[in-house]
Amino acid sequence: MPELVKLTIDGKEIEVPAGTLVINAARQVGIEIPAFCYYEGLALQAACRMCLVEVEKAPKLLTACTLPVAKDMIVRTETPQVAAARKGMLEFLLANHPLDCPVCDKGGECELQDMTFRYGAGESRFSEEKQHIEEQQWSPVVFFDRPRCILCFRCVRICNEGMGVAALGVINRGARSEIAPNKGDHLECDECGMCIDICPVGALTSGIYRYKTRPWEMEYAGTICTHCADGCKTTLSVRNGRVIRGNNRDHSGINGEFLCVKGRYAFDFLEHPERLHQPLVRRGVELQHASWKEAVALVAAKFNEVRERGGAFGVIGSARTTNEENFYLQKFARSWLNTNNIDHRRSGDVVALLDALAGLPGSLATTADVYHAGAVLIVGADLAQQHPLLSFQVRANVRHHGARVYVVHPHPQREDKVAAQVVRARGLAGIGQIREKLAGEQSLVVLFGEHIQGADVRRLVEMLPATARYVALVDYANSRGALDMGLLPDLLPGYQPAPAPGLSLQEMVGASLDVLWVVGANPLQGRARASGFLVVQELFLTETARQADVVFPAAAAYEKTGSFTNVCGEVQRLKKGPAVAGPKTDLEIMGLLARQMGHELAPPLPEAVFEEIRRSVAGYNIPYATFVTGAASATQYPNGPIARQGSSELIRSARDTLFTSGTLGRYCSVLNSVRERDLVRVEE
Amino acid sequence: MTFSAELEARLADMVKRYPPGHLRGALVPMLLYIQDEVGAITEDVVQEVATRLQLTPLQVEEVVGYYSMLRRQPAGRHHVQVCTNISCLLRGGEKVWDHARRQLNLQHKETSPDGQFSLEEVECIGACSWAPAVQVGYDYYHEMSPEKFDELVEKLKNQ
Ligand code: SF4
Ligand code: SF4
Ligand code: SF4
Ligand code: FES
Ligand code: FES
Repeated sequence: MPELVKLTIDGKEIEVPAGTLVINAARQVGIEIPAFCYYEGLALQAACRMCLVEVEKAPKLLTACTLPVAKDMIVRTETPQVAAARKGMLEFLLANHPLDCPVCDKGGECELQDMTFRYGAGESRFSEEKQHIEEQQWSPVVFFDRPRCILCFRCVRICNEGMGVAALGVINRGARSEIAPNKGDHLECDECGMCIDICPVGALTSGIYRYKTRPWEMEYAGTICTHCADGCKTTLSVRNGRVIRGNNRDHSGINGEFLCVKGRYAFDFLEHPERLHQPLVRRGVELQHASWKEAVALVAAKFNEVRERGGAFGVIGSARTTNEENFYLQKFARSWLNTNNIDHRRSGDVVALLDALAGLPGSLATTADVYHAGAVLIVGADLAQQHPLLSFQVRANVRHHGARVYVVHPHPQREDKVAAQVVRARGLAGIGQIREKLAGEQSLVVLFGEHIQGADVRRLVEMLPATARYVALVDYANSRGALDMGLLPDLLPGYQPAPAPGLSLQEMVGASLDVLWVVGANPLQGRARASGFLVVQELFLTETARQADVVFPAAAAYEKTGSFTNVCGEVQRLKKGPAVAGPKTDLEIMGLLARQMGHELAPPLPEAVFEEIRRSVAGYNIPYATFVTGAASATQYPNGPIARQGSSELIRSARDTLFTSGTLGRYCSVLNSVRERDLVRVEE
Repeated sequence: MTFSAELEARLADMVKRYPPGHLRGALVPMLLYIQDEVGAITEDVVQEVATRLQLTPLQVEEVVGYYSMLRRQPAGRHHVQVCTNISCLLRGGEKVWDHARRQLNLQHKETSPDGQFSLEEVECIGACSWAPAVQVGYDYYHEMSPEKFDELVEKLKNQ
């Protein structure tokens, strides 16, 4: 513990650790010192002079954002002198500011507006004509309106330090300073929109949201991103039933301020013209529109008929449907269709990891651990492309705590730049080269991708210190949840052994089953169906849906309540954003089928199923209060050996980039519009 | 891009002076010495320096745009810099500046068509004790007057 320093701010005495900045010390006693350029976690800038305070015995005003506390310091944050200085600074900032607040996207959420309101700099002595400069489009998502910029350099720092991209800079000097993109007149970058989000004014605006609405005209739903497995919280801003913005509005959740291009912008698939709104039934050779009633009756009758004669079912679930849906689906399959032929597309060997961790409790790393660990080992995954949040956490850890990063991958990675050591080799062989160094790491977090699977996972755990914590990297928003919920032919929820193993996904797509039921997946991409009757629940007419006998239009995760479990095994709540007309949630569809079949499965309500999961699935007995308030709860793993049966499993990452997201990504026009899409590739 | 053996040796020595992770510190001196040899900070120079210091070209541009001593266009053979900052101003620097513009027929930051002279009005060059001061290239000329300026120009022409 650093020693405590006593000081007085506005007459309040406080004690804070040595090294604390006055601006933060003030916050602790509820005093807000205004700041534009200061941003917690980024390098200090002291550019805006908004945070000036009076310090006794100091000859002039000092910037609270760079001033560390000192013993017996006496600080005053609201004196006439301070107010006059702030008012003066605002007058400067507003001198060439366009004052187009009535049409500016930031209106109502703008820090400059708030400050002007607070310090009453409502008049200007600047009578010259304002210099107008046309706004510039730097990419499909980033627009820049230069006269609105107050040169706080937050955007430059978040892009450099936070993202490790360094696509923004400041050119020229003094009154001519301006923010500039890396390619002269445009950006080539991650398109994450972090710079837009962090801009205190409306200088950087988003191509998706600009000039669409006013912030007070929207409703907000804080839910979980539907794309990669990292599980960022994203707040959907909904107006008239349409999502028009995504951001992590209150910086809550495991991702704080972070979102990548997908969590922030890739929601437009909801309104894609090819979105299915009505069930489809094959009549002759053609898929034709049908009523829900007809489609449900048809499928229920078929299911009953095959069930009664003991025919063969195959069930393929999804890594993007909720825990509740996955749990319900496997229960439906196992207890009512009498089959263990159930699987989903597997992208990381979580099962082998949990098995190898038997007897080593507390060995799964959380998202926060990636930020706090003394060292991070990244093996066989392009973190910056495939796990943007974890990659952000790693960089922040290096910046704030000086973590040592080890990268083991045959190809160059963004993390190389912050690494203590890079090994250009694959999997265990690469780790072998730095084994001694790693043995000395007492607080090590290991992030491993598809290069390490099967028996190698156990070897990995045996090679590294017993205190190491792990994350088995998987692809999609609920890849981890699908495993935990038993979408596996040989394992029930909570990794309990199934009485008899069923067929794996690869076996099912090739087998001539009587019925193949696919919920939210596209396993028949590039291959023809082999089974008799094919039922698909989907958002779009994918390669698989196109071959179906019946297609049910499904709701997307953004239109559902429920839960996801992220790559670190943390459970988070999904909150329904827009209401959908036409499609139904997968849970509702399953409920309709069960009822039509005359089978009373548990009620198909997310809350009820979640209760059942909490009660019955090992490791999911998470505190309800944490869950409903939208915070993440870490699940426990069995901490015992996992009995695998049968061995035919293919574990392979789809190797999505920042700009792809499996089949779903093809329907996100924002992702398809960015030119970087063609530049990046995730190497095997 | 490669430079003369002498400059290369200098640059190699320079990067050794900064601790690991702080290579960026070499940016300003590197640009200055390269400018002396190449004449200006061209786009190729920006690329080259970025590569050598593991920076993005934009990070180099930021610095080039910031410092007025770094030039994108080559200066004349004799780069004449007249100080008009406070000490020099008080002692007639402005007169020298007006005279220089007329005499060389150049404005601030212009170069003569024959490439012999370029002119620049500069802020304090640290020669206040001998104000008004003029700097040509790296050489200083003290206690200037319009007359002394003419002599200086004659001398430079014959160099
Ligand atoms: S969108 Fe992201 S990567 Fe691109 S400039 Fe902004 S912060 Fe940098
Ligand atoms: S664009 Fe916004 S974030 Fe960037 S410097 Fe200007 S005001 Fe600050
Ligand atoms: S990092 Fe993953 S979870 Fe987070 S916003 Fe991006 S795609 Fe979504
Ligand atoms: S917040 Fe302190 S100078 Fe900007
Ligand atoms: S003011 Fe001219 S040299 Fe200092």
